[in-house]
Amino acid sequence: MLDASISYYRYAFLGCEFLTWVWYSVSTSSIKTILKKGDSLEIGKKIVLERKINASIEKITIKGKDADLEEGMISLKKGAVVKEINLLYKSGEKEWFFTITGENFNLSNIKTPDIGFIETKNDVEKFAIEKIFLFNVIYSLIDDLYKNFIKIRVSDKWKPVVSDIRKWIKT
Amino acid sequence: MGLLSSTVSINRYYVEGKIEEHILGIVKKGLIKYSFKETGETLSDKMSGWTSFNNHFKPDFEGSSFVLGDYFVFSLRIDKKSVSSKIIKKYLYFETLKRLEESGQKYLPVNEKKLIKEHVMSVLLLRVPATPNIYDVVWNYEKSIICFFSNNKSANEEFETLFQRSFNKHLIKIFPYSEAVILSGLSDQERDALSPISLTNFME
Repeated sequence: MLDASISYYRYAFLGCEFLTWVWYSVSTSSIKTILKKGDSLEIGKKIVLERKINASIEKITIKGKDADLEEGMISLKKGAVVKEINLLYKSGEKEWFFTITGENFNLSNIKTPDIGFIETKNDVEKFAIEKIFLFNVIYSLIDDLYKNFIKIRVSDKWKPVVSDIRKWIKT
Repeated sequence: MGLLSSTVSINRYYVEGKIEEHILGIVKKGLIKYSFKETGETLSDKMSGWTSFNNHFKPDFEGSSFVLGDYFVFSLRIDKKSVSSKIIKKYLYFETLKRLEESGQKYLPVNEKKLIKEHVMSVLLLRVPATPNIYDVVWNYEKSIICFFSNNKSANEEFETLFQRSFNKHLIKIFPYSEAVILSGLSDQERDALSPISLTNFME
């Protein structure tokens, strides 16, 4: 494996392409072929896009529940990529919110389904295990999505996908 | 923000190289050796060490108290002292004035100014209590994956350094490239195809 400090910057664009692909896959419902039956993934409350214009960087942030993503699409049309996205994952009655950053895959604003309140000291371990399980659900999802993405990305299948993403951006 | 908080941030790491034998003993030894030590008054502006997940102010790693199912769960405690620049400026002014009066000089040499600043900082740091910051750590030892509950850059750097020192294992942060190489199950052919890859232009 390449040195981490080199590969981090050299391949940071892969994370942003991945998030752009996730947005496209959610919008076109093609994400359903990757998710477990009955599960769903939606764009959450925030998207950050970035576009390089010569030496400067243009950053567009769209925030808010049910926000209009049109500004984001315009930004994509101009050549921006998704830097950060908030996602809502639903499985059965349960909901997870989280924000993922493309460059480093840091997760923030993670909200898992409610597990009630800790009432006694003995509850702490039980709650911790439950929470770990709920965080693992998010990581399983990310790992599955990324595995699908990267296998396409390094193959001949990427060209037709790029063509489809271009059509989606145009419409 | 910790494991049980309502909203959390997580940075994920891969532990390079398996601890094949006596993992419980090795981890316990590392946690105890580098556990947080209460030192009372100290000149240092930062102190760090491992502490118990369920008792941040009294580390106890005896038995298997840090084992929860398939995970090692413990916390990193970083105590930091900070003194406002305005307070430093005030004390520096009075200390400089005092030295000038004592020496009868109009100006102090650069070297003496530096010594005065060091003296002021050490006096102030002794007086200021350190603020404790707790960051939870969840280590899936079967999968060699660690979740560190913070995206704070300096906390992550402190975690990486202390982890290496405690367990003699290097951590690899999971980011787009390392996720592809370590966690995505790419074949040798796919890995070769990954190396020369370059940015996609989604514009025609």
